[in-house]
Amino acid sequence: MSDLDKQPGRLRPAPENFLSEEQIREVAAGRRSFLRRSLMVAGAALAAPLAARAAEGDPAILELPEWSTTLGQPVAARPYGMPSKFESQLLRRESPGLARVGGASVSFCPLQGLFGIITPSGLHFERHHQGWHEVDPARHRLMINGSDPAFLKKPKVYTMDDLMRLPPVSRIHFIECGANTGLEWGNVAVPTVQYTHGMLSCSEFTGVPLKTLLEDCGVDYKKARYVLAEGADGSSMTRTIPMEMVENGEVFVAYGMNGEMLRPENGYPLRLVVPGVQGVSWVKWLRRIEVGDKPYATKDEAVHYIDLMPDGTHRQYTSIQEAKSVITSPSGGQTLLNQGFYNVSGVAWSGRGKIKQVDVSFDGGINWQTARIEGPVQNKALTRFNIGWKWDGKPAILQSRAIDETGYVQPTYGQLRKVRGTKSIYHNNAIQSWKVVESGEITNVQVL
Amino acid sequence: MSRFSKSILLVALCGASVAASAFDTYGIGRQATPAEVKAWDIDVRADFKGLPKGSGTVQKGNDLFEEKCASCHGSFGESNEVFTPLVGGTTKDDIKNGRVGGFVSGDIPQRTTFTKVATISTVWDYIYRAMPWTAPKSLKPDDVYAILAYFLNLAEIVPEDFTLSDQNIAEVQKKMPNRYGMSTDHGMWPGAPAKKGGIGNGGKPDVKNVACMKNCKTEVQIGSTLPDYARTAHGELADQYRSFGPVRGTRTLDGSAAAAAPAVSPEMELATKSGCMACHGVNNKIVGPGYNEVVARYKDQADAESRLVAKVKAGGQGVWGAVPMPPNGHLADADIKKLVHWIFSGAK
Repeated sequence: MSDLDKQPGRLRPAPENFLSEEQIREVAAGRRSFLRRSLMVAGAALAAPLAARAAEGDPAILELPEWSTTLGQPVAARPYGMPSKFESQLLRRESPGLARVGGASVSFCPLQGLFGIITPSGLHFERHHQGWHEVDPARHRLMINGSDPAFLKKPKVYTMDDLMRLPPVSRIHFIECGANTGLEWGNVAVPTVQYTHGMLSCSEFTGVPLKTLLEDCGVDYKKARYVLAEGADGSSMTRTIPMEMVENGEVFVAYGMNGEMLRPENGYPLRLVVPGVQGVSWVKWLRRIEVGDKPYATKDEAVHYIDLMPDGTHRQYTSIQEAKSVITSPSGGQTLLNQGFYNVSGVAWSGRGKIKQVDVSFDGGINWQTARIEGPVQNKALTRFNIGWKWDGKPAILQSRAIDETGYVQPTYGQLRKVRGTKSIYHNNAIQSWKVVESGEITNVQVL
Repeated sequence: MSRFSKSILLVALCGASVAASAFDTYGIGRQATPAEVKAWDIDVRADFKGLPKGSGTVQKGNDLFEEKCASCHGSFGESNEVFTPLVGGTTKDDIKNGRVGGFVSGDIPQRTTFTKVATISTVWDYIYRAMPWTAPKSLKPDDVYAILAYFLNLAEIVPEDFTLSDQNIAEVQKKMPNRYGMSTDHGMWPGAPAKKGGIGNGGKPDVKNVACMKNCKTEVQIGSTLPDYARTAHGELADQYRSFGPVRGTRTLDGSAAAAAPAVSPEMELATKSGCMACHGVNNKIVGPGYNEVVARYKDQADAESRLVAKVKAGGQGVWGAVPMPPNGHLADADIKKLVHWIFSGAK
């Protein structure tokens, strides 16, 4: 655990910080005599002058760093800003063996290191069905037509110039792949929250309500009750959306994401936003909207994104992401530095509306405490929760449980599997458990 | 202000505002031409609305499949190397019953496209819009009918001498092995329920928990823990979290393993950036041959590297099967040379 020795900013690190896992266990067992020994060893290991200074205080304070004593870089040295070089470890990553072709794969968002509710655009998870392109906005078009000419007064074509002149909305929504946590339906399979829950992101999207566009084309809502959304990429991904969600103003065609244009990997220059609905319906590189009187049974709603039930049927058109939450810090694949206070933090979300409450358990679900929710709580958006915890060095199992405004309570694995079995792949919203052992190491476990 | 000018102002304000939304309100966008709609409106619905006229035989489908599809899917749509298998896992009884028995009994070995899909329109639509993998939308409707006829024959749904067409596809639908295998009786459709012409039960959840707070159970039953192999399968976890803050990433590989794991070479980066790795694996075939196969074939030829450089630049077809390798004129000569040399040096 050499990593644990690096304790930035601590003047006299608590003894545990010098210690190996084994030594920590000894401390916990009450063998304190050797503590003095190890402190002496640690002191002797330091260079003499440094040790002398260290007695006076923290070298990071007493010896001025170069950023305090030299000239810094000018403005616009990086015309498009980048994260600090010290932040190189939090990256989108693939799960080995999940897909054999990078063009039809997933990269997971590093939830374990993120704060608040907005996902940095460069870390937004990716799911492509036939690779991504740099689409030229000057040559991108959105067509709106009907499966029957009677459903629209006028099929229309909009350029990006057109779309960006229309009155926009800006809204914060989560997007979660229907297969998020799908690797874990049967058993624990992956080590960290990046891979268990990282097909999840949340952004502020800006664009034009689809209702505005359909009405501009003279849609006949009485006849056209379904919408087909189609992408401009090689797969020309298609999904069926209910007209009810268009009529109530929720669905919009977005060009903006977190204040800038969408990133290419997220559908630049135009994608559909379908709040609360699984990511596959948020069609990227959106080129066409068709209104119709029947659902479409497209490949991604008739071959994939269908949920296998224990009776051998597949559920079709499952779209809503039900209430779910996960503790992101501390979480699987991490190690607690020492005993004492930790802020336990995570995110909760629901495809049915706002989060009402998040409860956290430290004993595997026997007892629960209500966490503090960071407001404002928004509709169909990630919601950050925090709760204080004093780790006493004993084993613990951390869980979080979301309750949404409909009163729906996030289920346990036992409850979920009783109804849906273990082979569904999609829509696993079970309570996540992180087991803490005496060494401070945290691993992924499933509590039934 | 006179009454007259007030009314002028009122008129001006009305003129400046636009009704929230209505037909042709904004004067923005233009009517799509019939040719434009025809070019993009390619979707085919389960009731075959949108299906172009045409036909194709099993035999022609076999030839097309071998040429354009087999390198990824295997000659019989059975390959699990690049994508999950297309065909397999269905029986004569399934065709008769419209339910794939393997799902009902729970012992299906592999979910293939034909075990799952209930609607043949779905397969037609998808092949036409998205296949082949590297050249989507290049197939003509007759080609799609032929390839689909070949699948149907492989799945023993139609005989070898069958011709699939827009005229008989509805008859074939009645033989799809999982045609009664879909359910929409669930609460996860965000629109109107079935009883109002929509889908599902109107949003009623199927799984219920209650928000118990104290002494909710007497014991904690662990159903599953992280297997050892999974602890290290995602690389060094210590390097996937910050080196400061309240916790550290757990060190999962010992130092030697971490040191042994090589950083990505600049050549590998170049190969990835240039799109080579989308079709070629270092030690495995993807769409094109693995680099190991390329080296094995050419290593004894004296001018192998220079010949391969020319080939990468110009593209080619036939040596490794019928799927063409596209020309790579956009790459600098020096980069191609570097990549070819790297491939012959083991592509590390």
